Formats: sequence, C-alpha cells, structure tokens
Amino acid sequence: MEEKINVTLKVWRQTSPNEPGFFEIIEANDISTDASFLEMLDVVNERLLDIDREPIAFESDCREGICGTCGLMINGQAHGPEKATATCQLHMRTFKNGDNIIIEPWRADAFPIIKDLVVDRSPFDEIIESGGYISVNSGAAAEANQIPVPKEVADTAFDAAACIGCGACVAACPNSAAQLFTAAKIQHLNLLPQGQAERYNRAESMIEKMEEFFGTCTNHGECESACPKEISIDFIAWTNRDFIKSKLRNPKKANYK
Amino acid sequence: MLNFELNPNIPTGDLEEKWQNHKFASQLVSPNNKRQFEVIVVGTGLAGASAAASLGELGYKVKSFTYNDSARRAHSIAAQGGINASKNYKNDGDSTYRLFYDTIKGGDYRSREANVYRLAEVSTSIIDQCVAQGVPFAREYGGLLDNRSFGGAQVSRTFYARGQTGQQLLLGAYSALMRQVAAKNVELHTRSEMLELVVHDGRAVGVVVRDLLTGQVSSHSAHCVVLATGGYGNVYYLSTNAMMCNASAIWRAHKKGAAFANPCYTQIHPTCIPAGEDFQSKLTLMSESLRNDGRVWVPRDFDEARSPADIPEDERDYYLETKYPAFGNLVPRDVASRNAKTVVDQGRGVGSLKNGVYLDFSDALGRDGEDTIRGKYGNLFDIYQRITGEDPYKHPMRIYPATHYTMGGLWVDYNLMSNLPGLFVVGEANFSDHGANRLGASALMQGLADGYFILPYTLGNYLSNHLGEAKVSDREPAFKQAESKVDSGTKRYLSNMGTKSIDHFHRELGKIVWDYIGMSRNRAGLERALSDIPALAHEFQKDMKILGSADGLNQSLEKAGRVADFFELAQLMAKDALEREESCGGHFREEHQTPEGEALRHDDDFSFASAWEWTGDPKKAKLHKEDLNFEFVTPTQRSYK
Repeated sequence: MEEKINVTLKVWRQTSPNEPGFFEIIEANDISTDASFLEMLDVVNERLLDIDREPIAFESDCREGICGTCGLMINGQAHGPEKATATCQLHMRTFKNGDNIIIEPWRADAFPIIKDLVVDRSPFDEIIESGGYISVNSGAAAEANQIPVPKEVADTAFDAAACIGCGACVAACPNSAAQLFTAAKIQHLNLLPQGQAERYNRAESMIEKMEEFFGTCTNHGECESACPKEISIDFIAWTNRDFIKSKLRNPKKANYK
Repeated sequence: MLNFELNPNIPTGDLEEKWQNHKFASQLVSPNNKRQFEVIVVGTGLAGASAAASLGELGYKVKSFTYNDSARRAHSIAAQGGINASKNYKNDGDSTYRLFYDTIKGGDYRSREANVYRLAEVSTSIIDQCVAQGVPFAREYGGLLDNRSFGGAQVSRTFYARGQTGQQLLLGAYSALMRQVAAKNVELHTRSEMLELVVHDGRAVGVVVRDLLTGQVSSHSAHCVVLATGGYGNVYYLSTNAMMCNASAIWRAHKKGAAFANPCYTQIHPTCIPAGEDFQSKLTLMSESLRNDGRVWVPRDFDEARSPADIPEDERDYYLETKYPAFGNLVPRDVASRNAKTVVDQGRGVGSLKNGVYLDFSDALGRDGEDTIRGKYGNLFDIYQRITGEDPYKHPMRIYPATHYTMGGLWVDYNLMSNLPGLFVVGEANFSDHGANRLGASALMQGLADGYFILPYTLGNYLSNHLGEAKVSDREPAFKQAESKVDSGTKRYLSNMGTKSIDHFHRELGKIVWDYIGMSRNRAGLERALSDIPALAHEFQKDMKILGSADGLNQSLEKAGRVADFFELAQLMAKDALEREESCGGHFREEHQTPEGEALRHDDDFSFASAWEWTGDPKKAKLHKEDLNFEFVTPTQRSYK
C-alpha cells in the first residue's frame, strides 16, 4: 500500500563541465512510495523551482528500462539497490522513511560530467562506429530463411544484444572498464552466422577503440551485477578469445580459423 | 505560393504493378552525381536511422540529427510485440494481398490503397534486411524464423525478438547508420534539436537546430529535408511515449506550409497500468496477449470497498463477456478501451483512484497452474509488480487504456513527399499507411519500409530534377529569419516571470485532451476543448516559469517549446475531430454509432483524408480534402457481436 515517506537526498550538483561540483542536501518530504525514483526527482525539481532554485539536471527518456538514457549512482550502486533494474524502474517503496540517499552521476573519466547528473557517453557510439555492425547495404540481403540459425545460438546472441548501452558497467567497475558493453556488442554479432565474415576484424577494432577511452578489465565482475539486463561476463571471455585470435592471424590470408 | 491541391501522385496500373512501374518510371541519379546532393534527416528512430543509412550507402551526403545523446535511444526502441511481413512461412494462407487487405480494413478504410499495397509488398524485404544485419529474431529448433499471430490476425505473420522487437530492429538500423558515419557518408549530430524548417522559394531547403549542450543555434542547408520525428502521443501528457517525444519538428513544418493530415486519429491501447497521482510521468503498456487468459471485470456495486478476492462471483460484472459473447475479452483494442471508459465513468472503477478495471487471472491460474502462467506471462507480471507493488498472482491486475500511437501526421503523397517540395516525411511522423487505426506489429514495418525501401527511390526521383543546382546558402535571409525566430522564442521564455513549471501546464493540457479528444468524443466535449485549451494556453504563456540560461543544458527550456506546440496541435486535433462527423477506427464520435455501440462510418461524406492548412490560428485552420478512392476493395462495416 502507498505510504508517504521523508528522505534526505545528497545530490551532486555541477553547473558545467569545467566548474567544480558539490553535494547539495535536499529534504524530500512527503514522497509517495508508489512514485518511481525519477518521479521523486521530478517532484523535488518542481519544489526547487517554487523556491527559485534551478532544477536538478538528470536524463531519462522511455522510463521503462529499455532506452538506456537514465543512469544514476544511488548510494554508491549503479542504478541503485535492486537487481536487474534500471534507475527508471526503481520505485520509492524500496526506501524507508528517514533514509539518506546519495545520488551521483556515473563516475568514469571516459564519461565527463556535463551538468549535475548528466554525463557524456559518446565513446560508446565511437566503439560501435569502429565495427559494431554487419556490412550489408539495404537491398543486398539474401532470403531470411536461407541461413538457419540454431535456436540456442540465436538465443545467446539475443542475451548479448539485450544491452541497453546505459553505461552502468563502466560506472560500477573500479577500473572504469567498458569490457561488458563492448563484449556484448561484439558477441551479439560474432555468435551469429551472419557476423562471421567480419568476426576477427570486429573484435580487434572495437577492443582497440575501447582502449582509447576506458580502463582495463581485471575480472572484478562488478559490471555483471550492476547490469540492468543481467548480461553475463562470459561474453568478455569469448571476446578475449576472438581478440587473441585476431592477433595471431595473417590478415592477408583466410587461414586464421 | 503554397500548393494545397494534394495530388497523391498514385501511379497508374493494377495494384500489383504500381510500385514496380513507379520505380521504373522514376528518374535515377548517377553515382557520381549523388555525391553532389546533400540530404538532412531529422530523427534516428526506425524510419530516420534506416533512411539515413540507406541514403548514405547510395552515396548521398547525409546529415542526421537527434535530440538524444545517442542515435540508438529513439523511442522505436520501446516497441514490444513484433513486426509483420507476408512471408507466409507458416503456409497458412498469407500473401501480399492479404496483408494489404487486413491493413486497409484494420485502418477502417481511411488510408490510400496504393500506399498500403506497397507497404505489404516490401514487408518481406525488411525481414531479409534485418536478419542480414544480425537482428536476433525468435527461431524454431530447426533454426528457421518463428512467427506468431498478433492483434487478432488470422495468420501468423508476426516476427518477434522476445518482447523487445523494437529494440533489436533499432539496434540493427542504428548499426547500419553508424557504419555510414564511420564511412563519412553520414554526419551525425546528437543532442541537436530541430527548431525550424527553412523554406526558400517554396521549397524545403534546410533546418535550424539548437545544440542542447551549448545552446548554440545553427543553420544547415541541403537539397532536401526528411523528417522522421515520430508521433504526437505526448500531447496527452500521460502516454506510453518516452518523455522527450514531441511534435515540434512536424508542427513547425506545418506552420511553414506542410499540410497536417488526420490529427484526430490517435490510438489508445487497452491494457496499460492505470495512472497514479499527479506525480506520474508516463504510462506503461502491458502486452495485449494478457487478454488471452485474463478476464476483465468491475464490481457491480458503485460503492464496493472489499478487496477483489472477497467479492462473490454474482457481484462482479464481466462486462465484455456479457456484451460480446462471441469475442469476449478479445474484442479489438478500441472496443475494449471504450468499454473500460464507460464503466469507470459510471463510477465503478477499481483501485484507490477508481480509475482502472480488473484483469483477473485466477481462473487461468486455477486451470493451468502458476508455472504455466509464469511461463507465458512471467515477464509482464514482473513489470506489473515492480510498478504497482502488487502481486498479480494473488490479486487481479488493474488496467486502463492509454495513448500509444498517432496515425495522423504530415500529409505525404505516394513519394512520401509533403505538399512542400523537398520535404519528405517518413515513419509515424507522416499520415500515410494506417488510416484511422493501426494494426498491431505494423508500426515497425512501416518505419523500416519507408526508410530502407521506399524513400531511397522516391527521393532520388525528386533530386534528379535538381541536378547541377547548388544547395541554397545558409546565409540566405530565410535561414537568418528562422534563427532569429528561435532566438527570440528562447529569450521570451527565459524572461517570463511566471510561477508555474512547464510540466504543470503540460499535465493540465493532457487532462483536457484526454477527457475530450481521447477514446470517445462528442460535439459538446470538443467545443469545450476548443475553448478550454486556448484559455490554458494563454495562462501558459503568461505564467510559465523557467530558470537557468539559454547557453547550456536547460531541460525546462527544451520542454517549453515542445509544450507550446502541443497547445496548438491539441486545438487542431479537436477541430479535426469536430469536423469528422462519423466514427472510424480510433476516432469514435458518440453521435455516430451503430445500435450495438460500434463505430459507424459515413463513407458517402467522409471517405477522405483531412489535410489542414496553417492560417495563423489552429482554430481557424483551413481544411483540404484528399478523396480516397477504393478501386480494389469494398469498404464494409465491422461487427464483433
């Protein structure tokens, strides 16, 4: 049943990328436990406006956990305390009256802060640009059922493809590594028959692009537990295998399988 | 002079030959000439990303714009159910003609035959293209693609990727787009919102955009402009659309001369989680498949206070089963929606706000067991529990209809070009293929058909007439005027010393639109809307309050312009609904119904698409008609008794 609770927010405020930021304490009283976490912030923002204070900038779009736009560190956890939950799917009934809630943006050098809780995740797009596709022009496709794909292969590829690109894996990683995101994107395509032609080039170029921005994976596994889509770190292992093979092959010849 | 003759440019010949003939008759642009042409594509959803990628592959110089931080986040990503294609893999009698027929009938005979046939015709190529891109569609154990029946279709023609088909299709289109970005054929501008369309010598020649991070306003010129900016469902404030979805791109194009067609055709989805209190920011759709096993009811007693399990059978009203014995809980979307509204309006709604109806699985749980139900609907039950905090295995779900798609949009001809030469409109942003009602799993099909397989041909035909022409300079007065209009709008919003937030006004507007231009409309309500909306719009302009500056990220400022446009669009919706003295598809006028309470069309008077011309005041918009001629099918009246 719905209740009203009072919580104390400690929110990261930062007016622009180059200004120093600070924590602001905001009392959020009379918050319905039926509200989502972001709706609680909407309410707080309306109240801030009433007292002539600029609302907290934060991002969200679909608010149903699929677009990957939202993402906050809540009490030190990417997307907050619930398993398999994006920030927009978190509800205030998870919290108790009197709780203190620390809200920060994603913390990673590769994701510079734009304002308050908004960060720049464009390196993810650059990784995709470096090879996260199958090269097929519109109209060049063969009949869809010509290549059967075993169900378990399609299902596993889907498990990787479920990534919403939110960046929680990077934010949760002590090294700010982007291995889980990159591996999910690589394996989605590398597992499928359609992705074989570019398999090793893809692994090589995407991993190398990733390393321009992000830290190195040391197998903490924090990414997997923070991932709102529960993407498995198995994909990282498989990607490492593809990456090593890409380095052993003779790129001019087709003898590297 | 603007052209409102609205020639649909339908090719001659038999239905089956039209598109083939048209493609052959279209002028081509040779590969080296394609390099000379610049094309702007606004929006990176299914239609926009597929269009930008395909045009880039052909060799055009493309500029693509999105207000999201990445092209992959457009709201197409949230589509759940699937995508139709007449592959006939099930050998169950599907064909291009059947998909065409179902779509035209589903649209309640308010769409153009030639367009719909072409949509059905290219549907199979879409599946081929997506599979080649690596879209992980559901497969059978033999490794071939799986299909299901969807939205009451009698054939299984829907391809799906778990409950995340839109996500997977968009990731496919996005990857194709990013490949063209890497190849330098597409220049991608993220966090850039189009605020003006620029028209020069009667042609669309560019756009003015605002960089949402720096506030910088800039002009971009091109040989033509493609809008792929989605629908206007957020005019209702609460809808299943994403928070940022808006109508500003198409609305501002409308104000520059593009005709806006059928604004009153909006689709309401019957099974969503009911709204909570004022803080509620959006509504969540629950798949319609739930109605296969759930039974819909409300208490008979208006003052019922017991928990649902304590209400005995004979005090429950299973109103759909009683009223529609043949179809029961599986009546079409609009019928289910309107009946829910009726019982809630009577005061028999359930939940603390009395704004929902029960969808009860206790019979199915008793019959099939919890494991079976969990296998079928586990994911949906989890979503429900997460949002409401209630366990649907123990208590019936509460559901209520919500807006989730808009069939209306900018008017386009067979070439997907608006009445403004050089302005193309694709995907949900145009009005073209769904008539008065869209069938399930057809939105994704249309977006990708437009972008991958139709626009690349028709746009080339347009450009072939402009070979050798330089694009219009962005230093032309038309660009400067558009820029200064954006600047003055921004200044005015920021200097307004009001007291209420933009969201406050959006919420209040949404209530009016939902009450009077929602699932059920009547003359008195529409007239009321036409007086209430301008009054609220006046208050909005006077009393809005925005803090912060124009030269940085300012989310309230972004919303202000979008909500201002919703105020005008809502009035055009009401006007369109008032003029259309019939019921059809998603537009139900209470004055026009059969004795059984079904939508009653008046084909003799209303077999046309309404295309509105901007005159400076949405209440005084001028109506133009494109007559719909049915050469190949005969319109019939539907019945679900």
